[in-house]
Amino acid sequence: MHQENEDRSFKVEALARVEGEGGLTVKMKDGKVADVQLRIFEPPRFFEAFLRDRQFTEAPDITARICGICPVAYQMSASHAMEDACGVTVGGALRDLRRMLYCGEWIESHTLHVYMLHAPDFLGYDSGIHMAKDFPDIVERGLRLKKIGNTLMTLLGGRSVHPVNVRLGGFYRVPTRSEMAALKPDLEWAREAALQTVQWVAGFEFPDFEQDYTFVSLRHASEYPINEGRIVSNKGLDIAISEYEQHFAEEHVAHSTALHSRLDGNKLYFVGPMARYNLNFDRLPDAVQKAAEAAGLRQQCRNPFQGIIIRSLEILYACEESLRIIDNYKPPKLPSVAVPPKDAIGYGCTEAPRGLLYHRYRIEGNGKIREAKIVPPTSQNQRIIEDDLSRLIPKIIDFPQDKLKHRCEQAIRNYDPCISCSTHFLDLKIEEAD
Amino acid sequence: MNISKPKLAVFKFASCDGCQLTLLNCEDALLSIAGEIEIAHFLEASSAVQAGPYDLTLVEGSITTPQDAERIQEIRKQSKKLISIGACATAGGIQALRNFKNVDDFISVVYAHPDYIDTLDTSTAISEHVRVDFELRGCPIDQAQLIELITALLQSRKPNIPTHSLCMDCKQRGMVCVMVSQGTACLGPVTHAGCGVLCPACNRGCYGCFGPMETPNTASLRTSWEKLGIATKTIDQAFCGINANAPAFRKEHDASGK
Repeated sequence: MHQENEDRSFKVEALARVEGEGGLTVKMKDGKVADVQLRIFEPPRFFEAFLRDRQFTEAPDITARICGICPVAYQMSASHAMEDACGVTVGGALRDLRRMLYCGEWIESHTLHVYMLHAPDFLGYDSGIHMAKDFPDIVERGLRLKKIGNTLMTLLGGRSVHPVNVRLGGFYRVPTRSEMAALKPDLEWAREAALQTVQWVAGFEFPDFEQDYTFVSLRHASEYPINEGRIVSNKGLDIAISEYEQHFAEEHVAHSTALHSRLDGNKLYFVGPMARYNLNFDRLPDAVQKAAEAAGLRQQCRNPFQGIIIRSLEILYACEESLRIIDNYKPPKLPSVAVPPKDAIGYGCTEAPRGLLYHRYRIEGNGKIREAKIVPPTSQNQRIIEDDLSRLIPKIIDFPQDKLKHRCEQAIRNYDPCISCSTHFLDLKIEEAD
Repeated sequence: MNISKPKLAVFKFASCDGCQLTLLNCEDALLSIAGEIEIAHFLEASSAVQAGPYDLTLVEGSITTPQDAERIQEIRKQSKKLISIGACATAGGIQALRNFKNVDDFISVVYAHPDYIDTLDTSTAISEHVRVDFELRGCPIDQAQLIELITALLQSRKPNIPTHSLCMDCKQRGMVCVMVSQGTACLGPVTHAGCGVLCPACNRGCYGCFGPMETPNTASLRTSWEKLGIATKTIDQAFCGINANAPAFRKEHDASGK
C-alpha cells in the first residue's frame, strides 16, 4: 500500500472516497518535500475528439456522460455554449427551471461529499456507511437530504444521473405548478436539515491552514452564480466567458491523464464552492449569510479544510433558491425555444458543484460540431491540490505514517475532486527522490 | 458479529461513476443493503479495503487500456459472481466511438503529448475479456433493477429483469406513442426495457441508453424512420451512440456503409 523510509517519501496507490481513480506520490529529499504528484490514471475517453461530426443538439446528452456525479453541469455548459453560438438566450421560467435543476445537482453532489465522503475524515471513519453505526440519525439525515436533491432532478430532468429532459433551448417537458408545489414540503424539511448540517460540520476540528489563494468563479450582477456571469478572481481578473482561453491555458503532464490549468502565465488558482463563496458572499440571501456567521465564518474563508462548511451553506442556498423558484413558477407556454444552428463559435461556462466548467464549440450552419473544448473543474484544481500538499506535509511530517497519509487524503478531499470528469485525475505515493 | 455475510466488491474501469452512484443513490435501501452484506471493496464510498475473494463483484466501466485488460482477469479470479453494470461495462459505452475511428487521431485532438498516453485502440465490454454472470444494462443502470439483482443473487434465485423492448413497457403503461402520434424518431422498439420509459414520458423519443433488446429488428425500425423523412446519416448516428459497440446496434450503423 505504501512504503516508509528515512526520507518519509510515500505513495497512496488508490485514493478512496473520491469520484474516479487516482493516486498520490510525495517525493521527499533531505527531510523536505521535493515533489508532489497527484496521479490521475483514469483512462482517457476522448470526448472532445468524438464530439466532432456529431450534431450540436447531441452535446448535452453526450457530455453528460463525462460525469455521473455532475451531469447537469455538463448539460448546462454545453447548452449555454450552443445557444451562445446560435445567438439564442433562454429567459423567464425556462431559465428558472434550469437554475433549479442545477440546485438539485448541488444538493445531491454536495450532500454526498459532506456526509459520505468528507465527514468520515473529520470523525475518524472509513466511510459514511461505517459512520452510520455510531451516528445513525445524522447519516439518515444526510441520505434523506441527498434523496431530495435527486427528487428535484428527477422531476425536472426525468432522472438524476444523466437527465433525459434537457435540450438546447430548454426542456422536452416542463412541470405543472402542482408538480412543483408538491416538492415544497420536502424542500422545507431540506432547508432545516441543511441548516443543521452547517451547524454540525462547523463543530468539526479544522487544521490551521490558511493560504493566500487566487479564487476564480463566475460572478453575476444580482444572483449567486450558477449558469451565467463574468469570470472573476480576487486578484483583479474580470473577463467575459468568451475570453477564458486568453487567460487560462492547459498543460499535459506525464503523471496525469487530466490536463493541468494555469492562469495568466503560471499562476495557480482555485475553483469551487470556496471560490464562489469568497467572491459572491454579498449575493447570498440573508438567511445563508446569517448561517455562515453563526458557523463562525467571515465573508472571506481561506482554509480549504473548512470547505465542508461552505459546501453545507451552498446546500442551504440551493434549498432556499429552489423554494423561491417554486413560489414564482408559472409554466412557460412552450417547453423550449428554437435554436437554429449557425456557422459560429459558442462559449459556455457554469458553476459545477466542484467549480468552473468551461465549454467551447465551433459548429457549422448545418449543425455539425467541428471542434469542442471542455475544461472541467478538477483539472483546474489539480495544481492547487498539489501545492496545498507541498505546504501541508512539512507541517505534519512528524505525524505517524498512517496519520500523515490520512491527513494528505483529507486535504485532497477538501476539493471534492472528481477524477472521472477531469480525465483528461488520483493514488498516494511518497517516494524518495533520486 | 455475523461472520457469514457475503462480501461485495465494486470495481471501476473507464466510466463516469454514474452506475456506482446509482448504488449510493439507493438512499432508502443503502443502510439495509449494507446490513445484509459486507462492503469489502468500494473505493468511491469507503477507504476500508479488503482483499478477495468476493462473493459478488459489480464492475462498472469498459476496458480501454492494456493494464485494465490484465486487471479484469485478476478481478474475475477473485469473484464468485461477477456482474457488469451499465452501458460501458456491457457494451463499451460512449467511449467506444473510438472503435470506429483512428485512436491516434483522437489522442492528438485531446492531448499535447500523445506519448504520455497508453491506451488500446478499442473500448470493449467486460464480457469480451472474462466470463460475466449477469449484465445489467443502462446509461446509467436503473436503481430498482440493481436492488432486484442484488436481492436475487443474495437469495440464489433468478433476477426478474425483463429483456423485451422499451416499446412494450410504453404500451403496458398506456402511453401515447411519440412516433405514431408526433412523428418523433424513437429507438423504443429495439431498445432494452428497464429505464421506466423516461424519454417518451418527457415527449421525447428514446435514444437507446439501455442498448439493444433481445433480438431487435433494427432494419425494420430503420425503414420506419426513413418514412418519417429522417436522413440516413442521422439514423446511423442514432445507432452509433452510447451503445454503438453493442453487436446489434453496431451491425445496423455498419450496414449502411460508414
